[in-house]
Amino acid sequence: MPPTLLGRKVGMTRIYDGDVMVPVTLVKAGPCVVTQLKVADGKDGYNAVQLGFEDIRAKVTTQAEIGHAAKAGTAPKRAFREVRFEGSADKTVGETLNVGVFEGVSHVDVIGTSKGKGFQGVMKRHHFGGQPASHGCERKHRSPGSIASHATWRGQCGKPKKGLRMAGRMGGDRVTSIGHKLVGIDAENGLLVLKGALPGANGSLVLVTRSRKAS
Amino acid sequence: MMNKYIELIEKPQLAAKTDEIAVGDTVDVHCKIKEGDKERVQVFSGTVLCFNGRGLTRTFTVRRIVMNEGVERIFPTNSPNVVKVVKKRAGKTRRAKLFYLRDRVGKGTRLAEVAKAGKKGDAKSAD
Repeated sequence: MPPTLLGRKVGMTRIYDGDVMVPVTLVKAGPCVVTQLKVADGKDGYNAVQLGFEDIRAKVTTQAEIGHAAKAGTAPKRAFREVRFEGSADKTVGETLNVGVFEGVSHVDVIGTSKGKGFQGVMKRHHFGGQPASHGCERKHRSPGSIASHATWRGQCGKPKKGLRMAGRMGGDRVTSIGHKLVGIDAENGLLVLKGALPGANGSLVLVTRSRKAS
Repeated sequence: MMNKYIELIEKPQLAAKTDEIAVGDTVDVHCKIKEGDKERVQVFSGTVLCFNGRGLTRTFTVRRIVMNEGVERIFPTNSPNVVKVVKKRAGKTRRAKLFYLRDRVGKGTRLAEVAKAGKKGDAKSAD
C-alpha cells in the first residue's frame, strides 16, 4: 500500500530553505486506523485498505458505524477513505498509521474539496475570453456569445450538445493536486509540510498520498 | 484555532535583526548578493520608511537618493539574505509610514534626530 493518510489542512506559511523562501502548506495528518481490508480474491474483488480518521462521539453516529469501528477495535470515526493498490496489503485491521509512513517520500499528491465559488460566469468558470470592451459592444462584455447553430453537430435536434460550457455552480469539487514536494515532517505534532497551495479551505479534509508521478 | 501549528513552524525562523530599528532611522542594511558562484555582502543605506506585515512575513522599506533619483528597497526582516541591519541615526517622526518623504527633495528629506539622552524611551533607541 502506498503511504497514505487522511488529514486536515492547517494553513499556509513560508520556510527559508537556505537563502530561498519556499511557500508551504501545513497538513495535520493522521493518526489513521485501518478499519477494513478488502481483498481481490474474495467477495470484494479488489485490493484496498480502508482508513478511518478522527474520533466521533458515539451519540452522533449510528450503531452500524459503531459496530464497524469496533471490528477494528477503535472508536467510531468521522471520515473513511479506501486506498486501492496492487499486490499485498502489508497492513492489519486495527493498525494505527501516523506521519511516520511518509519517511523517505519526496513528493506527494493531495486530494481535497475546492472552495465553493457559487454561481459564476463563463469567464471565471471556463476561462472564456468574453466580448470586446468597445467597438459597439453593449451590455454583454462578459457573456459567452453564441452557443453554435443547429446545423452543426454541436447544435443538433434543436438543443446544444450535452456538456457545453456555460455559467453555473463553480467550486466545491474533488480536486487532486499533484507533485507537492514534501519539505518536512513533524512527527511530534503529526504535521506534514508541503510545498505549494492545496485545494480547499483551512480545516478541510484532505487525503495525502505518495505522488504517482514524482516518486 | 489551528494557528498554533503555523506559529510552531514560524517561530524558530524569526530573527531579531530589526528589533532595534524604528521608522525614520537611517540604517545600513547588509545584504547578501549572489553573482554567479560568488557571494558578497552589499550595503544599502537609507531611511526606513515603513514596516509591513508581521511575524515571518514582516518587511521594511528603505529609501535613499542615488544620483538624484529616489531608490527604495523592500527587505524581508527574517530573510537569511539580510545579514545585519546597523542603525546609524535615529530620526524623529510622528507617524508610522513616511511616504511623504517621496514628495520631498534636498534638505526637505532630512528628519530631526532623536535626542540621545532625552526622555526614557529615547535612551534605548539611541546608539
